[in-house]
Amino acid sequence: MTSRREVPNEFRRRFGFALALVVALFSLTVVRLWHLQVSAGDEYRSLSEHNRIRLKRVRATRGTILDRNGDIVVDNRPSFDLVLVPEDAHDVPATIAVLTRLLGPEVGDLSAVVAAARNRPAFEDVVLVRDLDWERIVKIETHQFELPGVSVQVGPRRTYPFGQMAAHLLGYVGEVSQQEREQRRGYRLGDLIGKAGAERYWEDYLRGVDGGQQVEVDSVGRKLRVLSEVDETPGNSLVLTIDRDLQQTAEAAMEGHDGSIVALDARTGEILAMVSRPAFDPNVFARGIRLSEWKALVDDRKRPLNSKAVQGTYPPGSTYKVVMAAAALEEGVITPFTTIFCGGGLFFGNRTFRCWRPQGHGAVNVHEALVRSCDVFFYQVGQRLGVDTIAEYSHRFGLGAPTGITLEHESGGIIPSSAWKRQRFGEPWYPGETLSISIGQGYVTTTPLQMASVMATVANGGIVYKPRFVKRVERTDGAAVLEEQPEVVRDVGFKKSTLLQIRDALSDVVNSKRGTGSNAKLPGIEVGGKTGTAQASRAGGDKTSQKGWSREKRDHAWFIAFAPVDNPEIALVVLAEHSGQHGGTAAAPIARKVFARYFGIPDEDAAALKRTAGFVPLHDQYGAAIRLSALNEPYPDGGDADADGDTHGRN
Amino acid sequence: MRQFDRRLAYHFDGLLLVLTLLIIGGGLATIFSATEARVHTGFTNNPLVLRQAFYAGVGFLGMIAVVLVDYRRLERYAYVVYAVTLLLVLAVPLVGTVGGGARRWIDLGPVSIQPSELIKVSLVVALARYFHRSQATGDVRLVDALPAFVLLVVPGALILAQPDLGTVGVIALVAFSVLFYAGLRLRVFVMLAAVAALAVPLLWGHLKPYQQQRVQTFLSPEMDPLGAGYHVIQSKIAIGSGEFWGKGYLHGTQNKLNFIPEQHTDFIFSVFAEEWGFVGALVLLGLYAALVLRGLAVAHRSKDRFGALVAFGVVSIFFWQVVINVGMTSGILPVVGITLPFFSYGGSSLTTMMIAVGLMINVNMRRFLF
Repeated sequence: MTSRREVPNEFRRRFGFALALVVALFSLTVVRLWHLQVSAGDEYRSLSEHNRIRLKRVRATRGTILDRNGDIVVDNRPSFDLVLVPEDAHDVPATIAVLTRLLGPEVGDLSAVVAAARNRPAFEDVVLVRDLDWERIVKIETHQFELPGVSVQVGPRRTYPFGQMAAHLLGYVGEVSQQEREQRRGYRLGDLIGKAGAERYWEDYLRGVDGGQQVEVDSVGRKLRVLSEVDETPGNSLVLTIDRDLQQTAEAAMEGHDGSIVALDARTGEILAMVSRPAFDPNVFARGIRLSEWKALVDDRKRPLNSKAVQGTYPPGSTYKVVMAAAALEEGVITPFTTIFCGGGLFFGNRTFRCWRPQGHGAVNVHEALVRSCDVFFYQVGQRLGVDTIAEYSHRFGLGAPTGITLEHESGGIIPSSAWKRQRFGEPWYPGETLSISIGQGYVTTTPLQMASVMATVANGGIVYKPRFVKRVERTDGAAVLEEQPEVVRDVGFKKSTLLQIRDALSDVVNSKRGTGSNAKLPGIEVGGKTGTAQASRAGGDKTSQKGWSREKRDHAWFIAFAPVDNPEIALVVLAEHSGQHGGTAAAPIARKVFARYFGIPDEDAAALKRTAGFVPLHDQYGAAIRLSALNEPYPDGGDADADGDTHGRN
Repeated sequence: MRQFDRRLAYHFDGLLLVLTLLIIGGGLATIFSATEARVHTGFTNNPLVLRQAFYAGVGFLGMIAVVLVDYRRLERYAYVVYAVTLLLVLAVPLVGTVGGGARRWIDLGPVSIQPSELIKVSLVVALARYFHRSQATGDVRLVDALPAFVLLVVPGALILAQPDLGTVGVIALVAFSVLFYAGLRLRVFVMLAAVAALAVPLLWGHLKPYQQQRVQTFLSPEMDPLGAGYHVIQSKIAIGSGEFWGKGYLHGTQNKLNFIPEQHTDFIFSVFAEEWGFVGALVLLGLYAALVLRGLAVAHRSKDRFGALVAFGVVSIFFWQVVINVGMTSGILPVVGITLPFFSYGGSSLTTMMIAVGLMINVNMRRFLF
């Protein structure tokens, strides 16, 4: 118990003031209520019963998407939507009946749309039909008096003028889902949100801020006057690194194939073109995709919604030999002058690992082995390196992990190592498996984007850049909000001579008589590249006729390339999925078309060049000595000299 | 427990209890009306009325518990209770859940508590204890009041960060009311006002443009015609359209159409005023006024400082919240998240306020025991 402490007189004095304040403020409150409820009561009563004050949202225009030259790739256009305010319609079923009679059955079941919006406040707009055609708009307008609470509102609609072009990169928009609204603030039912690709990743920049109007409306929802309004803030524009021209060329070149093309600026990691086939039309999403359409896209076995460029993982086949050659030269297990004899196969363990060329390549050095894609040479190199060293060099190139491109669901591919296998299968690594790895088969898988990055790294002297497809974010007045810079992931740290050696060999792949990639030859521009044919199935057999095979079993055709060899600007990957043909046959000509466009050479000239006197490399470091060794090699006719892959003979 | 003094029962203040229960009853009826439409349209399927009634029961038990213990024994634990509630406020940013854009709740499974409601009462009791034992009471200099400022500023800063500007404002008003009653020199009030007047422009310059805009919107809702401004307009229409006699119970249209935001919490007064009109509003305000005046009388008649200050502080909570809430819904004050005591839906608010009434009854009951 504390001692009792008297209340000082000061309390008593201040009590009076408190009392006065209480009386004064309560009186003020009453006066205010009198004013609202009695003096101005009629006014407010009619506002609540007839003319109401509403908020009309003014949707922000989503930012446009432009290519690197400022040409539009994604735009907005006006869309006339039929809107119903249930509360103003008074008799909703009757109104719906009139509408159905006017518009015909094509617009679908309108009462179902209204039923779906049952849980929303009655004064909120329900969009009945999007994108009304002109005829129907006129019908609605002329029958306005029969249709209380119905109006036609104009709003921006996302449009992709080039349809399927770069669909996976651009992505698409859709109505915001319940889950998205819980996760991100500031989205309301019916708002659009980027669901995939650039639209999704750059959502916060593209979106803009909705505006709105406080309007007074009469009892059937007609606007009487605007009390106040807030202008919408349009979204920012996205300037891509994509070149629309090149993209369209690449799209056209892929016609008739599934797969992917990725073109990178080898000097910065900027993506110039990115194709994935089969694709989808983002416009379908913009207008609101139907369930049946969605199901068809999802159930399609060719997975049109997936971007094969970043989500597709494939054995790299012989294109992997570029990584192998670099690793071997760096580790010193071979020198440029080391020759290995290829007799058409290698006996290892108790089985034979074959070379694609049954009669063998004779004694070849690394240059020759790359040019002619000799398997046996790389079997041997792989054995000398061992799986973990191969893995280490692959990781340096950025394989086995996502590149970090700002697209969803990027795959990292697989670069096997002994530790990986123990963890994955609980088994030790078998030396024989190293041989499969060495020619890009077995457990190794890569994405087209990763291989494009490998090619860019070889081309630019050993820098791995993070692939990007956005150059800038701009406000509508053109001021830059964000300026993206090239991002160096790492320097692979190879000797200059290693990369020169490889570049030189890759040039000969395309330009020498015996190269496997002669289909990519260009007049006046020196192209370097590597072909690859990756087995999709374990089925052995005759490589030249997979016509009769089921699609899933057919080989993938790869071509990875860069140009010009002396001063590389562009790195390119073409993957023709399950084409059943060789990389030099199916993929190299596609690459040639893209290069031709990039360098502004008419493709007819390029096509005519095929295996005639084309570009003759002038700088030939080791050339003479090396190439003499292969001069007496008869060149098989037909020009499709490439084939590879091991046929794991189970005998 | 010592033998229960029969004089206590004799002096039990029935009026305070009856007033409180009347207001709570009106609140329950109005919450029912405000949420009924939404239950029908599938907006919500838990009858909030039942939850509120449950909380009223909990609050009633709390109130009885508080009444049974001599308030002078409560005085001993004043700082402990304060410390506990402060810890809860502190815990909000760490384990709190977000609602309405601010982190204010701590989720405890079936119930969630809002520590910023609890701190209002525990701060009053802590301040009362401080001045009860202070020699300076009756003529308080700035130096004497410094610990009291600390008691206010610590939770104030934490709640400001939530951000809950309205609650901070109420807590500050309540604390200054207690300081005023405790006898803080008027010179100090004048001085503080002058310092504040000087500090505002300086602070204003330091705010980022978007923060300045937020403050401006807060002070004049018209600047935000799509948000607060719109809510105020709809709330005014609701109140005004009630006219003199009201539209009748369950016949409010603004509310049925969901025009009013927060219609069962912060804006519940507009629902009530629309249905019961000026007459109803006058009755409700009369009940509040009676509660406040009765509370002031309790403070005035109290025989010791602690009781007087507790009663005065509690009354100031009710008073400021009622005035601010009605002022906000009728469009003469900024839109702040302040509940109408005993009326708004909200468990923490209701139970805390009932416990506060219990404190007043307690002080009133035991004033003859000295």
